[in-house]
This record gives sequence, C-alpha cells and structure tokens, in this order.
Amino acid sequence: MSAFLTVGNLSAVLRGNRQRVLRSVSFSIDTGEVLGLVGESGAGKSMIGKAILGILPSAIEIIEGEIVLDGQDLQTMLPADRRRLIGATAALIPQDPLTALNPSRRIEPQITNRLVDILGWSKADARVRALELLNEVHIDNPERVMASYPHELSGGMRQRVLIASAFAANPKLVVADEPTTALDVTVQKQILRLIRDLQQRHATAMVFVTHDLGVVSKVCQRLSVLYGGKFVENASVPDFFAGPTHAYSRALLAATPKYTDPDASLVPVDEAVIEAVAAEVAAADEEWRHAR
Amino acid sequence: MHDSSGAPKNPAAAGVLVSAKALDVALPDMAAKPVFGRAPLIRIINGIDLDIARGSVLGIVGGSGSGKSTLGRALLRLIEPAAGTIEFDGLDITRLGEDALRPVRRRMQMIFQDPMSSLNPRRRVGAIIADPMQMHGFDRIDGRIDDALDHVGLPRGFRSRYPHELSGGQRQRVGIARAIALEPEFILADEIVSGLDVSSQAQVLNVLAGLVGELGLTLAFISHDLSVIRRICDQVMVLQRGSIVEYGDVDRVFDAPQAAYTRELLDAIPLPDPQQANW
Repeated sequence: MSAFLTVGNLSAVLRGNRQRVLRSVSFSIDTGEVLGLVGESGAGKSMIGKAILGILPSAIEIIEGEIVLDGQDLQTMLPADRRRLIGATAALIPQDPLTALNPSRRIEPQITNRLVDILGWSKADARVRALELLNEVHIDNPERVMASYPHELSGGMRQRVLIASAFAANPKLVVADEPTTALDVTVQKQILRLIRDLQQRHATAMVFVTHDLGVVSKVCQRLSVLYGGKFVENASVPDFFAGPTHAYSRALLAATPKYTDPDASLVPVDEAVIEAVAAEVAAADEEWRHAR
Repeated sequence: MHDSSGAPKNPAAAGVLVSAKALDVALPDMAAKPVFGRAPLIRIINGIDLDIARGSVLGIVGGSGSGKSTLGRALLRLIEPAAGTIEFDGLDITRLGEDALRPVRRRMQMIFQDPMSSLNPRRRVGAIIADPMQMHGFDRIDGRIDDALDHVGLPRGFRSRYPHELSGGQRQRVGIARAIALEPEFILADEIVSGLDVSSQAQVLNVLAGLVGELGLTLAFISHDLSVIRRICDQVMVLQRGSIVEYGDVDRVFDAPQAAYTRELLDAIPLPDPQQANW
C-alpha cells in the first residue's frame, strides 16, 4: 500500500531571523495508520500538523521539502487548488474546544458549514449527516446539542462536537493536535477511545500530536520524537516502549509519570541529555547549511 | 462514605498544623442568577473533615468541578466557609477578622497553577519575590531573594529577568521561591504542574519534594492527575462533587483503592505502556 501522506525533507524558517524551526523532517503515513508526534513545548510538533493542513502562521515559511497528500505535492499546487484538496481530504481536531468553536453561533452551522461550503451539500443533507455524526460520538441528545451554544456544553461535549465536525466530510487524513490536553482523565479516556474507534472504523490516516507518551501508547502504531524541530527517534510503539534507542527519548520516558512504578518515573531530564540533543540538532544544521 | 480505615492515624500525636471540621462552602450560582437580586447559593463543599500533620503532604484529587480548589482556598480563608471550623496550628481561624488574620497569612502561602498569570509580567523576578516580603516587613530582603532562588535551583542572576524570559518550569519555580521566601509553615499548591512539559513537571515536583524535607514544610497539593500525587504525598483525599470519597495513606489508596470513583480515576490514567489493561 502506498503512503497516503508523505512528508519529505521538510524545512521551515521563521521569516524574521531565518532560523530553522523544522529541520529536514521526513515521514509517511499509510491509510488507517496513526503516527504520534511527541516532544516538549516548542519542539515543532504542532507546526508539522499545521504545515500539512496549510495553516502555518504567516511568520513561518517552508523553504524546502515536499508534502505529498493523496499523490499530489502541495508545495507545487496553486493555493486555491491546495485549499480545495486539503479541505476535501484532511481535517483537524484542535486542542482547545473553547477557542475552536465560535461562541456566538449555535453548534449546527459549525458542523454543517464545512459540508455545505466545501463539498456543496444541501443544508438538509448536511443536517442529517451532522445528527448522524453526533450519534456516532455518543451524544445522547443530538437535536438539543445542535441547537446549543458552545458555552452551554461541557468540555468533553465540546470536544465531541469538534471530533464529529472533523470526521464530518469523511476525511482520509486527520491531524489531532493535543485533543485531550484540556480534559479530565476520565473524559480523556472516553475521548481517546472515541477517536480510536472512529479512526479504525473509517481507516483514517492520522497524525496525533501530543506531549504525553501515555496517550501515544494508547492510540498510535508508530511515533516520532522531536527536539528543536528535528526527529531524533522514529520507532514502532511496541519497540519504543520496550526501550527507546535515543538518550533524549529515554529521558522523556523516564520523566513520564507512572504511578504503578513511582521510583522509576518522574525522573527529571538530565541537563547533559538536553545539551547532547541540542548539539546534535546544531550539528545537523551545520551539515545542512554546507550542503546548500 | 468517609473511609476512616486509611485516614491519618492519630494525627494529634504528629502535631496537626491544618485541620478542618465539618467544613461546608457555598458560592453564588451565577448561571442561575436572576437579572435583579442575588444569585442563589450552591453548595460546593460538603462536610469535609481533614487533618494535615506538620511536615506531611496531603494530595487533594478530583475531576473538574469536584471542589478541590474551593476546598484549598477555604483552608487559607481566601473563600469564606458557610459552616464548620478551620484551625491553623491550634488557632480557630474560621471567623478571624482580616487584622487578626494577617500574621497567620504569612505562615500560609499559595502557589498558583498558571505562573504566566500569577507573576507580574512587568516586574523582574527579584522584585516579584521581594514584594510580599516587603509587605510583611522582612529585613535583609536582598539576601533572602538569593536564598529563595538557591532553594528552587535557579541561578541568582535570574533576579534581573522578566517572567517571559523564563521557561514554564522556571516560572513555576519562581512561584515556589516567592512562597517559601516568607518562611511559611503551610503551602497550598494548586495544580502547579498541570501546564508543564513532563521534564519540567518532574523537576518542579522534585524541587518541591526536596523543600518539604529541607524546610519542614507542610503541603496541600491539589491535582486532577493522580499520577503525580504518589511522588510527593503522604496522604491523599479523593473528592467527588464536594464530598470525600476516599481519604488515606497514599500507598494504600494507590495499591488498594476502596471507592469505585478512585479506581475509575486510576484506570483512566494512560500509563506509558501499550499493554495497559482496560484500554
């Protein structure tokens, strides 16, 4: 099976100081596969998701590399064609359900707009689909939720609405950007299960951005660990949790809380490990600059 | 309901620093407020009994809306209790007026969840740590700022930095430094690691655990995340809708939880382990 999404040698810089923020990133995802992008804040994991969806902030510029979505290279397409392709095949589950929903509009148009505007559905068809989706994300009273405003729903409900809206147009690729960070653990568990079920049922390719290795071990098949916009380790989930190969990944895993093993978890990351991985990133930068 | 088996054994012997009896807290329910007139009161905390022994760490855990922050703030008299009593070092502070309370206030400090909003962005770290000391009339403030930074493992040079120049973990350590500079006996830490990366999370927890031992602090540590509780707490209280569902020694609660809700919370934590059961 050929990869549904291939990112090759992608580099991006800040327009101001021309510093690289994504450093020659390469990966691919097959249909039905979930790749976890893991790193600390500022590692560039969300940025990769945004680059794929063509929603990078204007301060960041892609300077090299390719993003091939469903066989088409996004970098070489006209902006309008690119937007159409992304809109029809990919979707985002954002981190914060409160800022991602428009507070002054009811839920219904926030789910159906996409179907009407991008896919040209009739309003009536879109409404039927929206109700169906709210059922799929286990919302008991979809009619009432459709007529509600975001502030009338709990955090978990709002996240369900966003998941429904992400899966509305049967996307082949979903980028989930820390979708459960703002939620309680018990709600997080329900939402993760829900995302996993929908992803499996629709054989969606998925990029799952998170800082939580516990979450990765539940929803991903493979993961990449980032530091400073560079992949430092790529591994399958079983291999990684059996023993990561990179010192930085090992340190991240040891820092992750694990209440079943309190003595071997929550170990602060050693300064030396950070210095080593930072040096590795700097060396790769040097090499890259020479090659250009 | 209250699981007495695991509750602190004979707390009086260890010397109780903070205690609450039959504590109720009610707050106005703004969602139900009529356009004119008062909002009806809604009960947030129901009949909480707790004892925190001097030098021990109590974890307070629960989902959002369980009342854990409200309870914490009521213990510090930042929210007025509706009923019940709060004692600090044997003194009943439930009805104490602001003037009488002031000397007690220095002895109980708070560290906040979001260091970005609890540190003044326009003041340097040194001034942020110095301000409360000045207010309480401390002497040789300069030396105390250095001591506080040393204690939390930040370079003394950070005095001249602004909060935005620091990482999340460093900012949170400034919050800790500001609290301990007043030489308090009791500190309330409200979700202080929930916004941090795992590496800084571990570091902040380590700093705090170290200070508890070094300075003989007594701590109430509020968190929605049971997985960080075991690291630093001696006792843990699990709250659900403002009531205690479980209260006991930390190892007992983790190894043999009695309440269904505690088990549910534990099961919901995604461990870094692809083989974890019930997922």
